[in-house]
Amino acid sequence: MTTTIKQLQQGLVQKQFSSVEITQDYLNKINQHNAEINCFISVTDELALQQALEADTVLANGKGSVLTGIPIAHKDIFCTDGVKTSCGSKMLDNFIAPYNATVIEKFNQSGTVMLGKTNLDEFAMGSSNENSFYGSVGNPWDISRVPGGSSGGSAAAVAARLAPGATGTDTGGSIRQPAALCGITGIKPTYGRVSRYGIVAFGSSLEQAGPFAHTAEDCALLLQSMSGFDPRDSTSADQAVPDFSIDLNNDIAGIKIGLPKEFFADGLDTDIAKVIESAITEFQKLGAEIVDISLPNMGLSIPVYYVVAPAECSSNLSRMDGVRFGYQCDNPVDLEDLYKRSRSEGFGDEVKRRIMIGTYALSAGYYDAYYLKAQQLRRLIKQDYVKAFEQVDVILCPTTPEVAFKRGAKTDDPVNMYLQDIYTLSLNLAGLPGMSIPAGFSQAMPVGLQLIGNYFEEPKILNAAHKFQQVTDWHLQAPEVK
Amino acid sequence: MTLKIEEVQSIAHLARLQINDTDVEQYTSELSKILDVFEQMKTHGTTGILPMAHPMDATQRLRPDVVSETSQREKFQAIAPDVEQHLYRVPKVIE
Repeated sequence: MTTTIKQLQQGLVQKQFSSVEITQDYLNKINQHNAEINCFISVTDELALQQALEADTVLANGKGSVLTGIPIAHKDIFCTDGVKTSCGSKMLDNFIAPYNATVIEKFNQSGTVMLGKTNLDEFAMGSSNENSFYGSVGNPWDISRVPGGSSGGSAAAVAARLAPGATGTDTGGSIRQPAALCGITGIKPTYGRVSRYGIVAFGSSLEQAGPFAHTAEDCALLLQSMSGFDPRDSTSADQAVPDFSIDLNNDIAGIKIGLPKEFFADGLDTDIAKVIESAITEFQKLGAEIVDISLPNMGLSIPVYYVVAPAECSSNLSRMDGVRFGYQCDNPVDLEDLYKRSRSEGFGDEVKRRIMIGTYALSAGYYDAYYLKAQQLRRLIKQDYVKAFEQVDVILCPTTPEVAFKRGAKTDDPVNMYLQDIYTLSLNLAGLPGMSIPAGFSQAMPVGLQLIGNYFEEPKILNAAHKFQQVTDWHLQAPEVK
Repeated sequence: MTLKIEEVQSIAHLARLQINDTDVEQYTSELSKILDVFEQMKTHGTTGILPMAHPMDATQRLRPDVVSETSQREKFQAIAPDVEQHLYRVPKVIE
């Protein structure tokens, strides 16, 4: 049974139930299922019920926003005043932020209720949520499989109906890939659309926050609350925020949808290809015009991303030095020992690998061959998209090359794990908005369809996604959570 | 591209990480495999292409130099792991 945020909102306004009642209901479900799925690191029961009570008072006075009283979960990468922000790492296991991330602040202003903080790959580095200090997360469709990553806890929580919506961050696919693997809807907006203030930084030029929900319509509501220029974030875009819900029902007859041939080539699972083909037919029935396009430099996105992101991570994570934040080793003999042992004991393997790769790519003698070269190729990748959007309104492709894989299947092979991001990385390199919506099943596991928009054109992809969800019901199918 | 064990130890030192002798071979093999992926970049010419550091090619925004934050010392000290006489205690690391 799927209950959308829109339905909850109507129920609250019509006084069919109170925010305290629905909040308690979600908390009960979390209590019942979290031990198995492990999607929450912290459950904030008391705070949630207090926020719900306040929301009910606001609603009783006929005030509030469309999200007042709606319970949601937050990825444990957003700083939350007074509540632990672990980022999935032993390093920050004792870290309590003294302030709220702008995203959290905005949701508080909207009157949403925080159910808790969700599990993630350590410092958002991973594609399977197996790199968390707090243990791996199970996919609600099949607990022996991964939910995707890095926002795997948020995606699993929404898929298991333990929250109607959740926040995530997407540095290389970390919203879209878990949304696809868990059969829900998720959107990564244009770089700069949502403030990064108070998000524990990993890849500063790549990452954006965005929402997960059951429908594009709900994602539009959540994204509305999150978006906007923030003077506290120097990477925030000073752009007007449109009403993301206003164009949802626009007719999509005549819009041009581009199919990049590079995303339908070798390596794509044949069953997924079939699901995507059926979805294309649905879009054609809605009147969309399908255009074949080419993004010739897409093959480079894996090496380029895995130079740029680790380079940025090695710099960002240098603040974790055993003094200023988090974990500190016992009895250091000198400053170097303090740094080295605090970092080595506090970070997990994948984080250490990326820090070392980044350090190497930025080191004297290798900077030009790796980092500078990757930055040049990054421009070529962006230019491919700029050219493509001269011809089409929206680009359509699969979100992932395969469905959710078994837990442990790729943990010994980092490069194979990186290949999971092949269809998602290039958007972060270019800074474009993209979303994943459920489009069918393969091996009884959900398949995600990716819609890519031009800069600051989130309304177009939300519109296309919403129209697709009006004529299909893949997004309403729920796993049986025992 | 194959890294030598000594190179991995040197990278770890630059990154202020300590890699144990039992783990160094595995890191060497994994990092070498990742560098192999990077080799694909060499086949593409990039002469004259401007490096891209930011998706919108934005530059750093400036703001007037005025005080905007207030002191929250009590709050910061309350969440610090080790505080004594209003000072933050850290291990002795300077001889």
